[in-house]
Amino acid sequence: MNSIRGKDRPRRSLLYIPGNNPGMLQNCSIYGSDGVLLDLEDSISISEKDSARKLVKHALMALDFGSVECIVRINGRDTPYFEADLAEIIPAAPDAIRLPKVDSAEDVIEADRIITRIETECSLESGTVGIQAMLETARAIVNVNSIAAASPRLVGLTLGGQDLAADLGIKATKGGLELLFAKSAVVIAAKAFGLQAFDTVYTDVADLEGLAEAAALSVSLGFTGKAAIHPSQISVIHAAFAPSEKEVGKATKIVAAAREAEKRGLGVIAVDGKMIDAPVVAQAARTLELARLAGMEVPEL
Amino acid sequence: MNFDCVKNSLGRLVPREVPGLGPLAPYAGAYSRLDGSYVWTPAARQHRVPAPSTNKVASSLREAIERSGLQDGMTISFHHHLRNGDAVVGIVLSELERMGIRDITLAPSSLGDSHDCVADAIRKGFVTRLNTSGVRGEVGKAITNGLLAAPAVIRSHGGRARAIEEGSLHIDVAFLAAPACDRLGNMTGSAGKTACGSMGYAIHDAKYADHVIAVTDNLVAYPLSPRISVPQYLVDQVVVVDSIGDPSKIATGATRITRDPVQLRIAELAFKLIRSSGYIKEDCSFQTGGGGPSLAVARFVRDYMKAENITGSYCVGGITGYMADMLKDGLFRSLFDVQSFDAAVTSSIAGNPYHMEADVSWYANPFNKGCLVNDLDVVVLAALDVDVDFNVDVLTGHDGVLRGASGGHSDTAAGAKLSVITIPSMRNGVPSIRERVQTVVTPGETVDVIVTEKGIAINPLREDLLAKAKDAGLPVKDIRQLKAEIEKTTGLPDEVNFTDEIVGLVEYRDGTIIDSIRKVK
Repeated sequence: MNSIRGKDRPRRSLLYIPGNNPGMLQNCSIYGSDGVLLDLEDSISISEKDSARKLVKHALMALDFGSVECIVRINGRDTPYFEADLAEIIPAAPDAIRLPKVDSAEDVIEADRIITRIETECSLESGTVGIQAMLETARAIVNVNSIAAASPRLVGLTLGGQDLAADLGIKATKGGLELLFAKSAVVIAAKAFGLQAFDTVYTDVADLEGLAEAAALSVSLGFTGKAAIHPSQISVIHAAFAPSEKEVGKATKIVAAAREAEKRGLGVIAVDGKMIDAPVVAQAARTLELARLAGMEVPEL
Repeated sequence: MNFDCVKNSLGRLVPREVPGLGPLAPYAGAYSRLDGSYVWTPAARQHRVPAPSTNKVASSLREAIERSGLQDGMTISFHHHLRNGDAVVGIVLSELERMGIRDITLAPSSLGDSHDCVADAIRKGFVTRLNTSGVRGEVGKAITNGLLAAPAVIRSHGGRARAIEEGSLHIDVAFLAAPACDRLGNMTGSAGKTACGSMGYAIHDAKYADHVIAVTDNLVAYPLSPRISVPQYLVDQVVVVDSIGDPSKIATGATRITRDPVQLRIAELAFKLIRSSGYIKEDCSFQTGGGGPSLAVARFVRDYMKAENITGSYCVGGITGYMADMLKDGLFRSLFDVQSFDAAVTSSIAGNPYHMEADVSWYANPFNKGCLVNDLDVVVLAALDVDVDFNVDVLTGHDGVLRGASGGHSDTAAGAKLSVITIPSMRNGVPSIRERVQTVVTPGETVDVIVTEKGIAINPLREDLLAKAKDAGLPVKDIRQLKAEIEKTTGLPDEVNFTDEIVGLVEYRDGTIIDSIRKVK
């Protein structure tokens, strides 16, 4: 399965675009987000479901998204649109679908089964289309580990903050601290199964300072990306994922030392007199990758 | 109207001579008359000396017109500082119609949305010739449909100043709307309920028209103080009317920065390109407009200058409240204000001595001894269409009808060290980068960069900019590649059908003819 292929690509920011707006679809790849989420679910009213599905399909086939990853958020398995969405969208080969309202591994497995069938029918390479599972209920959080293990097609897990808060009977705040446990559960399950973890949207488009704080929290918890609902949010999210100069300096030293140790066949890596373990080296490499994405100067190693 | 035509250096067919305009020189390059050897000979001027006892205040507009000696076949001018709220053009044209004056040449500094009355006057036949910078609505249709007796002449702001000063555009009577005026004709735009800020165009017309009539709805005690834009010694008469315009369309609030994500993306790219050029540094000068992405570019520039602790020397041109705030914040040491774009400017120009009113010759006349645009570092401009030779059209709509303004576009592009055109890649599904623009207003030779949301095209003449932009990792594309990418979405639109009949001329700032405007089929 080559869903593995795209598993590690950067997805710091994923910009939601309503699937029924041709102007926005046409321009969605210019704003610098790592990916776009073409939405058929919450931003589309019932009367527009069919037309949005068709429009997104044609957008996928006609537009050049360049290096921007294309993800379609379809309607959940509990809706009458689920199968029609897959039947129409999968042949257009998006990079992934975002599957909302995932409550259990069964939901992912069922989507995987249908996608696999359509891929075969359309002579697409098996695993072309990845899945991002969206957890939006208390039940989903309880099942998070089995969901994360449900399919090799999975590339990431994400939280639906608004719906989850509603399901929990709590008030969703802008900062989202009330969902701390759920967020951490998603991050840990994702990391345990080699997936990425995406944080929920920040809903106040006008408050970029609040978004910066929320994105900093996302980064500190271990999320690898965050959804955006307006192009102006993208640069703020990217800034949150950008390491500091100091971190880059330290990471450079660690990676250089690891390379050096490898070259000389040494089993032990030391930086500034301290022993360095393999996970720390991997983290340093990720830091350098994020620095490069942020446009920072990173020495060639 | 068919004329004996010749191809200019851009390959555009332009007339050698037009009756009434005399022999015309074809455009021969943006700097062909600016190599230091060109000798300019302004026409001699004369006026009758009024007796010192003359009461300048006329009892009515009709009396003022009669006393001015205005006759059939003469040229009258107006300024466009009252933006879309101007009523003076309409009031004067109505009076001239009632007086039965015919064959008028109209030479306003520009025309806007409030000037459909000019199209009526053209259709009725008492206005037969038109000189302007811009047209909107019905006037554009009247020109493009060939209703004038002679081709309309479109000039840049600097080119108009030059033409008036040299006498190739001779103004017999200037009707100058005055938001505040005293009985001897001292005027300003920075006071009164119809305050419009700078009177940069009016100052020039007052200096060079044979006869100057101030039209005001706000006659103040003599002397007007503390600020005078047009001094009394340039003014023949003063007329008081009920209203010179609609304050709600003159005294508009501060121009807001666009929230359109595509425009903001263009602005961000434009700013990054400007930053990469290195021109934003201590003592830099800067000009940008108020529309589209322009003000958003200014915001990025402001934030950058703040962060880097840079103080610029001056901003010039059409000034918005945003620029006035940048002056107040100390980001620039001074503003030269030729035309205020919003009422947010008025308090600044009235109260801040570093916010200086500049007349339009000072701003952009290429033939005086040094205009402001010559020393500009960076200008950010908009466009309707551009082409693969970097030529810019700011006049022609997609239906072939005139609907824009030359303005200071070609003046600033020629003067600035870095001229940046910001333009969406398509409008209503029609691509903005053409093989050949319909009407060249600003020649590609003077355009350095075109920024769209889909990428940046840099004029091959500017290898230095290209190298810097690539170093900065900006999405630089060959203009033909960018054009092709856009056309993948839009396809190629059908061409508009034009006849051979020439209904307008675009005069370049140096007085040569850069393009002809043709009648739409």
